Amino acid sequence: MTLARKPRIIGDLSALPDSAHGAAHLVWWGNLGFMLIEGTGFALAIGVYLYVTSITPSWPPAGDPLPPLFWSGLFTVGLILSEAPNLVVKRLTNRHDAERVRLGVLAMTVVGAALLVLRGFEIAVLTPSWSQDAYGSVMWMLMILHTSHIVTDFGDTAVQAAWLYTHKIGPDQFADVEDNCNYWSFVVIAWLPLYAIIYWLPRVL
Amino acid sequence: MTDDDITERARHDRLVAAWRDPPGLWGFLTTVDHKRIAARYIVTTMFLLFLAGMLALDMRLQLSAPDMHRMTPQLYDESFALHGSTMLFLVSVPVMEAMAIWLVPLMLGQRNLAFPRLAAFSYWLYLGGVLMLWIPHLLDVTPDLGWFEYPPLSGPAYSPGHRADVWAQMITFTEVAALAASVNIVATILKLRPPGMTLAKMPLFLWAMLVASLMTIFGLPAVMLATSMLISDRLVSTNFFSPAGGGDVLLFQHIWWFFGHPEVYIIFIPAVGFVSSIVETFSRRPIFGHAAMVLSMLAIGVLAFGLWVHHMFAVGLPRLGNDFYTAASLTIALPAGVQIFCWIATMVGGRPRLSVPMLWVAGFVVTFVIGGLSGVMTASAPLDLQLTDTYFVVAHFHYVLVGGAIFPLLGAFCYWFPKATGRLMSKRLGLVAFALIFGGFNLGFFPMHILGLWGMPRRIYTYGPEMGWGGLNLLATIGAAISVAGGIVFVIDAWRSFRRGAPAGTDPWGGSTLEWATASPPPPYNFDYTPAVDSLTPMWTSELIAYDGLGIDKRELLVTSVADAEPLYRQNSVGPSIWPLLASLGVAVLFVGSIFTPWAIVWGAIPVAIALTFWFWPTRDRATTGPFRKRTP
Amino acid sequence: MKRRAALAATLALGGCSGVQTPLAPVADQAHSQYDLLLLMLWVCGIIYLLVLGFLVLGLWRARGGRAAAVAPLLEPADKRLGRLFAVWVAIIVVGLLLLAGGSFLVERSLAAAQADETLRVRVTAHQYWWRVAYRDPAGGGWVETANELHLPVGRTARIELGSADVIHSFWVPNISGKMDVIPGRANAIDLTPRRLGWFRGQCAEFCGPQHAHMAFDVKVETPAAFAAWLAVEARPARAPGNAEQARGMQVVTQGQCAMCHTVRGTAAAGRNGPDLTHIGSRRSIAAGALSMTRAHLQGWIANPQAIKPGTMMPAVTLSPADADAAAAYLESLK
Repeated sequence: MTLARKPRIIGDLSALPDSAHGAAHLVWWGNLGFMLIEGTGFALAIGVYLYVTSITPSWPPAGDPLPPLFWSGLFTVGLILSEAPNLVVKRLTNRHDAERVRLGVLAMTVVGAALLVLRGFEIAVLTPSWSQDAYGSVMWMLMILHTSHIVTDFGDTAVQAAWLYTHKIGPDQFADVEDNCNYWSFVVIAWLPLYAIIYWLPRVL
Repeated sequence: MTDDDITERARHDRLVAAWRDPPGLWGFLTTVDHKRIAARYIVTTMFLLFLAGMLALDMRLQLSAPDMHRMTPQLYDESFALHGSTMLFLVSVPVMEAMAIWLVPLMLGQRNLAFPRLAAFSYWLYLGGVLMLWIPHLLDVTPDLGWFEYPPLSGPAYSPGHRADVWAQMITFTEVAALAASVNIVATILKLRPPGMTLAKMPLFLWAMLVASLMTIFGLPAVMLATSMLISDRLVSTNFFSPAGGGDVLLFQHIWWFFGHPEVYIIFIPAVGFVSSIVETFSRRPIFGHAAMVLSMLAIGVLAFGLWVHHMFAVGLPRLGNDFYTAASLTIALPAGVQIFCWIATMVGGRPRLSVPMLWVAGFVVTFVIGGLSGVMTASAPLDLQLTDTYFVVAHFHYVLVGGAIFPLLGAFCYWFPKATGRLMSKRLGLVAFALIFGGFNLGFFPMHILGLWGMPRRIYTYGPEMGWGGLNLLATIGAAISVAGGIVFVIDAWRSFRRGAPAGTDPWGGSTLEWATASPPPPYNFDYTPAVDSLTPMWTSELIAYDGLGIDKRELLVTSVADAEPLYRQNSVGPSIWPLLASLGVAVLFVGSIFTPWAIVWGAIPVAIALTFWFWPTRDRATTGPFRKRTP
Repeated sequence: MKRRAALAATLALGGCSGVQTPLAPVADQAHSQYDLLLLMLWVCGIIYLLVLGFLVLGLWRARGGRAAAVAPLLEPADKRLGRLFAVWVAIIVVGLLLLAGGSFLVERSLAAAQADETLRVRVTAHQYWWRVAYRDPAGGGWVETANELHLPVGRTARIELGSADVIHSFWVPNISGKMDVIPGRANAIDLTPRRLGWFRGQCAEFCGPQHAHMAFDVKVETPAAFAAWLAVEARPARAPGNAEQARGMQVVTQGQCAMCHTVRGTAAAGRNGPDLTHIGSRRSIAAGALSMTRAHLQGWIANPQAIKPGTMMPAVTLSPADADAAAAYLESLK
């Protein structure tokens, strides 16, 4: 078998570290890629919502109630507050502090579960239904898009917690936790314009 | 054999042991070797190209004379829907992804893509998309409303049954596959470049794949939204597209074409990469105007997102909007024109040599520019009102897609075939195939410009003799048949060369980029050492430079910095895994189920979650601290 | 004028019918678009020849032989090519500006508010036929016909487009470009024909299996002839002239036909299908699929699915005598 011609060796890479974190880490970029995809999806969905708004004489349309503020407000406050422990966990991953990171991810799992409960109440009182009219359809589209993100991130965090408690944590896994924290931040930030549009735009227009 | 050779041999054996796949079927199902994944992608897309070509021939036969009753309108409608959907979703975009998956790591001197299992997952999902369209076809639930199925015709009122759902979910499969592949390519190109390959020293092919992948990331979510909203209207009575419920039929068109226009540039930009590589090698000099080429690719990538309304000039939008989109659509001719100049200037200012790949480049220029110019004509809103939805626009998009993507692809196939297989293709058969395909295509499609100007609308299964369209239609059919014959010659050449073509050696063409530095075909681990570069044309400098030190007994990739390609760290690279296949099976069940009930999304998510958990579950030692530590007995 | 005659001759030679083509414009709108087409062909033609010439220059010196044997040119002197590049960019920019300018001018002219008194016509697209309605100058109501549009020469007609079901597209290429007919949306298109004659329009947006057979005839006539035609259309249906026609009237207006069709002045008042009040004077039936003859009427009624498989009209079984009578009656409805 023919081997290619041998090049001139100008250095040795074995001294390089075998891990990294933050933007230096390869997987961080994969995570960013998925955030771009989902973010584009959110942006387009918001565009769809605004388009339907522009072709409807009144918003919400006559006969449709305004979306209720109580559970959604509670959820939104809770979500924003959850960013604090999230950022703490992220900082802990850089220090490779195994015990604290385990505790932090477990805490975020509990937080995620609580937020899902709040989101459940929020959905339960949300009207009109998606089949009522286009207003209902676009409102529910935004809610379902965001809720699916909370559900998947909650699932990720729970599985991560389980793994972290049962294994020795290496630098790559600390980087994974950091990526998960970044994704949680994305879920929180994405909710802000969505919340404004679903719950406040109908009140303002 | 010298001591050096023995060491090299031993090193090679250890690398093979670390990077090879398990044998047999299990290896086939679990491989994460980007070359094997690309090969199966390309074989699948070529098979589908053949199927789509047969559909096209069938339609051409039906139209070759007036009032033909060979095909019922239902069958004809299914044919053009299948043909268009297959070509756009199952051939054109996937084959470009496949070329990227195969070539990007090789041109970067890397051993694999950034996310090997994700590449395998992309293929299995893509295959799911193929089956999602073609199995229902065998079961007579064929989509029959074209490759873009506008509501209300595709809505619940006018399309009962599941044909439109089949179409929409096929898109969901292929769109997720494309997005996954694009994230993979972007991460690989940004973070896995060889030391010294700053962005300024990155070959045009890699720029092309980077731009096309970024465009995919920003463009494909729109089609996901559009098809999901359509399925939702059909399945759970949402009102996105129903005027009676406050929705708007045009909303679908806006979202659809927001994806649909970038989509055609997602198909074209990789071809820009192919042509650049081929022209550089066969002109024996770096491409003229490298900076202009990069800027024009970026310009196209951005501009493409601002043109979509030119597909909607006839829907009655405000005139000011039409003016804006006319101007924007004309503007994109500038970067395209710049690229055409740069390639030809490279030949004029170089030492050009004829070859089959160069023939395809010449065919591309002659053909694509016609398509580009007919595009300039349709870019003008007032003129487009006569041209759109006629055979003129059918001619236009075939000229740009076949001339601008398929011809460069066939040239790229001939160009890189020796690297992928270790064998040369036949020059004679290559010439014959080119002549038949190029000649047949132009004979087949040029008359369609005239037919459009003679008033022939598109998507009609027949026409009356009094229209006077019979003669040109017959000519078009003959041309189509000739190009299909050429396609068959091409496949025969590829097959024969694969079995017993002349040995190619590592660098039969004297290429300029790194893939030509390794053996043909490359070993499973691609490169013995980690190449470094100090120019755009590393293979043309007097010697190759490289680093040692990347793992030999374990799979490792070198991760470098984004702008300057400084070595940062060594990344563990994952080996063969069954989880991409199992995860995509779970996703397939979820997608197929959700045609029938929205609960499929909830219940179907569970096996997907399980598969993904196993996929990402890191295998490390059990914890020795904390409440769940491993307790020694 | 001479150029257009030459083009018409070419079309005839090529076999094109000439009645459904933007290459034989007969109206203000189509004339503007045709002029723009010529500008485009000139500019694009010149550009293409330049590209071809440059390509020939590039490949002229190309030889066969192994590329790998030729040493690469690593520091090529590109000054002349650089200057040529600047010229090329300038050519493209100038060309695009020309085309953009031409395009904007034509766009303005298409949008120009019509000063002359505009005739309003309401066209509703169905799967697979066209309902055409004019304001009755005498009574003020709407006069309906189907699949045939009459326009007075030299006047602007504003066609108000509506869809009864899915998206269609209204297109009479000799007169103007397309306008899509979109459910839930009120589109309109202005037509200003300048020449007399018969022309053909066809649906230009895929609307289902019989999209291929959804055409309509357009007659451009003198204002006097138009007024006369409209006056006749406004009248109710002619009474039957003989026994066969009387029997036919019975079959049509009291049988299944009446469920979908209207024959004004009789009991038939269905609105799902085309108005038949004056079908006998139309040029074609079944939306341009067949010319208006008694035999065609009979064939259509007996088995619409054979002529337009997928059409909305069901097969109507009539005894041979009834079928003859119905065809005779409809043919008499001039």
